[in-house]
Amino acid sequence: MGKKLYINTTINGEAVEFLCEPRQSLLEIFRDHLGMTGTKEGCNDGNCGACNVIIDGVLMNSCLIFAVEAQDRKIVTIEGLASPQGLHPLQQKFLEHASLQCGICTPGFLVAAKALLDQNPDPTEHEVRHWLAGNLCRCTGYDKIVRAVLDAANVAPNTETSLQSSN
Amino acid sequence: MATVWIPPQMQNLTGGREQVSVEGATVREIIESLEVVHSGIRERLCKGDRLKPTIAVFVDSEVSPLGLRQKVSSESEINFLPAMSGG
Amino acid sequence: MAATSNSENGNGNGKYKVIGTRPIRHDGLDKVTGRAVYGIDQNLPGMLYGQTLRSPHPHARIRSIDTTKAEALEGVRAVVTADDFSPAGDDEVISLVEGVFRLTHMRSNILAKDKVLYQGHSVAAVAATNIHIAEEALRLIEVDYEILPYVEDVHEAMREDAPLLHDDLTTEDFGEDTGTKSNIASHTQFKIGDLEKGFGESDVIIEHEFKTASVHQGYIESHNATAEWKTDGQLTVWTSTQGAFGVQKQTAGILGIPVSKVKVVPMEIGGGFGGKIPVYLAPQAALLSKKSGRPVKIIMTRADVFKSTGPTPATYVKVKIGADKTGKFLAAEANFAFAAGAFPGSPVWAGAMCVFSCYSFPNALVDGYDVVLNKPRSAAYRAPGATPVILATETIVDEIAEKLGVDPIEIRLLNAAQEGVRRVDGVVYPVIGCRETLEQAKAHEHYRTPLNGPNQGRGIATGFWVNAGLKSSATAHVNEDGTVNLVEGSTDIGGSRASIAMQFAEVLGLPAEAINPSVGDTSSVGYTELTGGSRVTFATGWAAYEAAQEVKRKMMAKAAMYWEAPEEEVRFEDGIFLHATDADKKLSFKELAGHLKDLGGAVVGSGTVDPDYGSGGSFTTCMADVEVDPDTGKVTILRFTMIQDAGTAIHPSYVEGQMQGGSVQGIGWALNEEYFYSEGRMQNASFLDYRIPTCFDVPMVDTVIVEVPHPGHPFGVRGVGEASIAPPPAAIAIAIYNAVGVRLRELPMRPDRVLAACLEKLAASH
Ligand code: FES
Ligand code: FES
Repeated sequence: MGKKLYINTTINGEAVEFLCEPRQSLLEIFRDHLGMTGTKEGCNDGNCGACNVIIDGVLMNSCLIFAVEAQDRKIVTIEGLASPQGLHPLQQKFLEHASLQCGICTPGFLVAAKALLDQNPDPTEHEVRHWLAGNLCRCTGYDKIVRAVLDAANVAPNTETSLQSSN
Repeated sequence: MATVWIPPQMQNLTGGREQVSVEGATVREIIESLEVVHSGIRERLCKGDRLKPTIAVFVDSEVSPLGLRQKVSSESEINFLPAMSGG
Repeated sequence: MAATSNSENGNGNGKYKVIGTRPIRHDGLDKVTGRAVYGIDQNLPGMLYGQTLRSPHPHARIRSIDTTKAEALEGVRAVVTADDFSPAGDDEVISLVEGVFRLTHMRSNILAKDKVLYQGHSVAAVAATNIHIAEEALRLIEVDYEILPYVEDVHEAMREDAPLLHDDLTTEDFGEDTGTKSNIASHTQFKIGDLEKGFGESDVIIEHEFKTASVHQGYIESHNATAEWKTDGQLTVWTSTQGAFGVQKQTAGILGIPVSKVKVVPMEIGGGFGGKIPVYLAPQAALLSKKSGRPVKIIMTRADVFKSTGPTPATYVKVKIGADKTGKFLAAEANFAFAAGAFPGSPVWAGAMCVFSCYSFPNALVDGYDVVLNKPRSAAYRAPGATPVILATETIVDEIAEKLGVDPIEIRLLNAAQEGVRRVDGVVYPVIGCRETLEQAKAHEHYRTPLNGPNQGRGIATGFWVNAGLKSSATAHVNEDGTVNLVEGSTDIGGSRASIAMQFAEVLGLPAEAINPSVGDTSSVGYTELTGGSRVTFATGWAAYEAAQEVKRKMMAKAAMYWEAPEEEVRFEDGIFLHATDADKKLSFKELAGHLKDLGGAVVGSGTVDPDYGSGGSFTTCMADVEVDPDTGKVTILRFTMIQDAGTAIHPSYVEGQMQGGSVQGIGWALNEEYFYSEGRMQNASFLDYRIPTCFDVPMVDTVIVEVPHPGHPFGVRGVGEASIAPPPAAIAIAIYNAVGVRLRELPMRPDRVLAACLEKLAASH
């Protein structure tokens, strides 16, 4: 166990500071220290995608990132998808398509899908399935998740959301 | 008289018969009537004044949550089966 | 009968206003924004973090456990072992719905007493100020083991000279203790008709052996429990569970305290599929909390989830079926053994009941054995026991059809179970929808669309699950704005708040959105059995229906009071309270609710039910198109259709969701998933090596909902949670045969097995 380190980062557009041990993952900091339990833990070893966040525009498993690596980064988590003006189109489409059953995988899928649409606004079904293959869902069989993502891609993202993603 | 299907593993008590017709207005009375003709049946099915937890009673093809207290008619068909459910 | 395909956008079925529509689920917003609080998300002030030390050996005697070094580590607040259980624990048998278990077995699965019985068996638990210190402390606990011989194969475990796991285990033969010490915990037998005669009259008889590997439920949220045991003796547990009352019963029984001292708060749950019925962590967290005086949370690691919890039993199944020239089934015989793991209780009864459940067999015999061996105690998994036995029966049915030159759907229709047919366990079917799912398959465009390529094949198979009834409770309170708060007892694992609220809303003519459903804890709602057995929409929905009836009666009395009229003069039609003679007197539910403040006490309605069950059940038929890569043996699913009798579909989207989820779990079971063991130890305890299907592995899953209403239920609901997992492995095995001409009789049908079978066939043809 080492001394705690001071980290300064940006989460969902807000400046955030925290202290952490070198061995702590970013996921642990979110969930146990910042009270941000929207990012889920499914395996803690990089194999389920439940802990997905976007760091400087890149989709990552936060269980595999040390918290110290967050220094000076811009991080988007599930808590940053909706705005006071409303849900992100992906969130709305997940609700309409009944794309969640237990919902534990949902934050990870939404964050991963957002990362996809941010760089490929009009993906094919094959591209969606390929991109989301790092996210496990045991409940839905994926049908309704894939449909929701394809459907959301057809909806113009609201300005508030695109503002957030460019943060 | 109600018809009782005797589970194959208990047919040693009924001389190999797979169906026995007996009188009774409840499952408890049915088991008592069976016990008179084929002794040993009560001990196989009951512990104290209850069915064993591993055993369920079906009356007319539905599992009864009432166990020994379940009412039966003279037309009823009764099966004793392992207790069950699902995941 | 009605049928809805997911390509049509069902918007109500004409008969009902709310039932059959697709409202957005009430808990949806919280779940898409990350606000919903799951068991793993529970945080309390002063909370400690726990971890569990587990056996590295499949079978060993514990000579001693030394915890002093761990206790001395800075930050460690408590260490517990089996010695911390109260000494006077009973050995009652308790029913957990998915099975009955002895308390001594449950207790020693929580913390091993004298022996460890499998790799992953817990021996001690630690609570510390953070998870890293807890993990370090585990490494400081010294356990002295005497290694014992182990057994990991079901047939070896059944031998007389096999190493015995339990000194006191004898074989139970339907209520009779045989007195023989053995790893065979029980024998189940069902029999109807005259088997010899049936086979004697048969023109075709086919018999084969099948094997399936253990698979895991694979819920994405690990097991977890947070416990706070206060000095007044009151214990509170927050956990992800399929049944709060079941956790209360188990935790109290294991700890030897009254159930009244245990309150269980069911958190949002990240999947269960049968695996979150038994408790693993709550008693450990409770003991740690008692010792440390602080709340303690334990989240099981994913590796421990695989090694120590809930796989299905590995199975061996032998089935023999005889038919006459027309394809009419005359006799059937099954003999199977389920590897229960370290403690008895695998779903042998269910396998025995399901193996021949889809057809009429005038003569049949089934023998099933529940066998313990040195692997984790198995747990229920979606339609427990059904999938391996249906694989056997359906594959043989396909072979008979092929041999006789009969169409595979026609042979199933010829023999399909229907009202009046006596099942092998002796009960007689009421109205069921087996035939209807087959007819939908026959009529489906999928069945008529030709395949278009070499090494492709189509398979069809039928499956069944019994569905449960059991106790459920719901309580409703009418708000002044005309909305209703509905508290019910079933953990919402896949949209059930919505399907329960919709049944409530239907009775009162309210929109689904006017109901605020929530899941109560064990102190705030009436006793409710687990979320499982495909029972929630059926039984808890029924309790909500009863609660709505009581609200309706009370609201009619309030309308009478408002109009100062006798109660007999009030009617309720289409959501409106009417005066029998004065047409001007009309109040909507909302208007009347607005007057409640002047009309005496609050309007509260409650419903409790304990419906019979056991013979209706739900049938599924599925079609799979596959392509086999002849060079590697890899099987790709090209197209998949699932057809299921839902009785009545309350919220069709979530019915489809159950069907699609069960289908893909069935596909994983068929092709990929398996526990690899070597020297008694699991070799693939991670989501990387235990590979559940990803969205890249499967196509869209088409669904057809068939509605043959359940005659006993107020809305005809049957329950749809489980039967979809039963037929996919069989359909895929048949499709592989139709693609490349080899029959696989062992799951999973991995590329190496498919390839080996293809090469063998090639060699034989030369
Ligand atoms: S928790 Fe990070 S990938 Fe599973
Ligand atoms: S909805 Fe349960 S894991 Fe995806």
